[in-house]
Amino acid sequence: MQTYTPSEIMITSSARAMAGERVVFVGVGLPNIACNLARRTVAPDLELIYESGVFGARPARLPLSIGDAALFSGAISACSMADLFMNYLQGGLIEVAFLGAAQIDRFGNLNSTVIGDYRQPKIRLPGSGGACEIAIHARKILIIMPLSKRAFVEELDFVTSPGHLDGQPGARQKAGMPGSGPQRVITDKAIFDFGGEIPEMRLISVHPGVAVEEVQAEVSWPLNIAPQLAETAPPSAEELRIIRQHLDPARIYRLDADKRG
Amino acid sequence: MRQAIAEYVHDGDSIAIEGFTAFICFSAAHEIIRQRRRNLTLCRMTPDLIYDQMVAAGCASKLVFSYLGNPGVGSLHCIRRAVEKNVPNPLELEEYSHFGMVSRYLAGAARLPFFPLRSYYSADLAQANPRIRFIQNPYGDEQLAAVPALNPDVAILHAQRCDQEGNTQLWGLIGMQKEVAFAARHVIVVVEEIVAEEVIRSDPNRTLIPHMIVDAVVHQPRGAHPSYVQGYYDRDNQFYVEWDRISRDRSAVENWLDEWVYSLDDGRAYLDRLEAGEADIWERLAPGEAYSQPVNYGIYG
Repeated sequence: MQTYTPSEIMITSSARAMAGERVVFVGVGLPNIACNLARRTVAPDLELIYESGVFGARPARLPLSIGDAALFSGAISACSMADLFMNYLQGGLIEVAFLGAAQIDRFGNLNSTVIGDYRQPKIRLPGSGGACEIAIHARKILIIMPLSKRAFVEELDFVTSPGHLDGQPGARQKAGMPGSGPQRVITDKAIFDFGGEIPEMRLISVHPGVAVEEVQAEVSWPLNIAPQLAETAPPSAEELRIIRQHLDPARIYRLDADKRG
Repeated sequence: MRQAIAEYVHDGDSIAIEGFTAFICFSAAHEIIRQRRRNLTLCRMTPDLIYDQMVAAGCASKLVFSYLGNPGVGSLHCIRRAVEKNVPNPLELEEYSHFGMVSRYLAGAARLPFFPLRSYYSADLAQANPRIRFIQNPYGDEQLAAVPALNPDVAILHAQRCDQEGNTQLWGLIGMQKEVAFAARHVIVVVEEIVAEEVIRSDPNRTLIPHMIVDAVVHQPRGAHPSYVQGYYDRDNQFYVEWDRISRDRSAVENWLDEWVYSLDDGRAYLDRLEAGEADIWERLAPGEAYSQPVNYGIYG
């Protein structure tokens, strides 16, 4: 049997969630590997957009940051960030986007701003960047985060990027948000959707060898479990080959995520 | 550079050394640190290593920003020390999202009082920052967010090339360089190359900043190191990773500032020191060649 790491099954699960998509808003790290894997497997027509002002990037190396020079050489369009945020994102052209955060609640609201009080933070995190608007405008949001009780919390210290708000159906629409919000949360142990009666995280798949109790142990609220709980299909030999040989040969991103996770 | 900073950057000014992960004019920041400016309001979407260094050096009393990170690496430890522990001095934060900062520069450039955007609904940023407000759409019944114009006292913008007058061309990650230049009261342009006016006139679509808004031109090749300039040099990622280690320790930062800023006369001395430590650094950071196809503008006359 092929062995793989927790970060690799996060990457392959994320790539598969993009089957058939055409325009994705990419972040650095694991989403970046996942989007490039999706383009080589389940979504060959996928165009990559980065918030630094690139449409249709074809990076020759795995970008060091979302503003890497390799994203611009050979791209379809290099535009200003005003064009990117106003015309592409607020204009409604982004089909799917990835987000991660330090904290998530059961309705997919995200915190990447502070741990503790905003004025006297225990830990000052990076803040929104483009995340707040991506969460509002992208038609679908996929969230990638390692599962941990510190991150999957009852109440966020700060709402940086709105998910399904208070979980009332239609809450986003009522608040004026064009995008449909988080659709999946992909972790190193399991996958969740928001497909129940209310848009609340619902366990739909556990990775091979992971028990539901292990998932519950890392989530601060009582799990909502889908009636047909599946086992996540492990990474295929071909997916692993692409990741290991082409997308992250030095294991920079996977190692980092595996240490954290 | 020394003269441009001495003339246009004063204690208490608001300044924007912009450039989103690229074209970050470290040589200007180092000169500001050397001239020991104080109480600056530093505006940048991503404060990056450049403002981490300026905050550590005690230049800043306020930060206006939208993402506080070492891009692709981790945290900005000096800024975190200032925010979490008031070291070396307290730092006031005025925080937006990227789209919020983009909109502030747009309003500033157009001399509008504010800019409307669809953002911040049900997010806590609007509570954390009272300058983010909501307005009624005058043509319908929806609420829009609004952010105030940002008009820095000085913008310092790095680019590939300009002519003697300051007509500036930029390609690659153009970010908000144009809007920041139009928004600022004074503009210092720092370039890799000074070219003849006819080079600029041969490709007018590439000119983002016209000379009429430029106060000073500085020729400082490689002045954006360790960030990158498209087609000239790559990001020195080793330094970005190294800074993560240095910046965790306040005394290591002070030693670094002594060695790489205070004890050096100017940007040329910085490059000399870099090259003394690594003779082939510019080969390591060389980007190779990928030229665009020329286009025909026509003659018409």
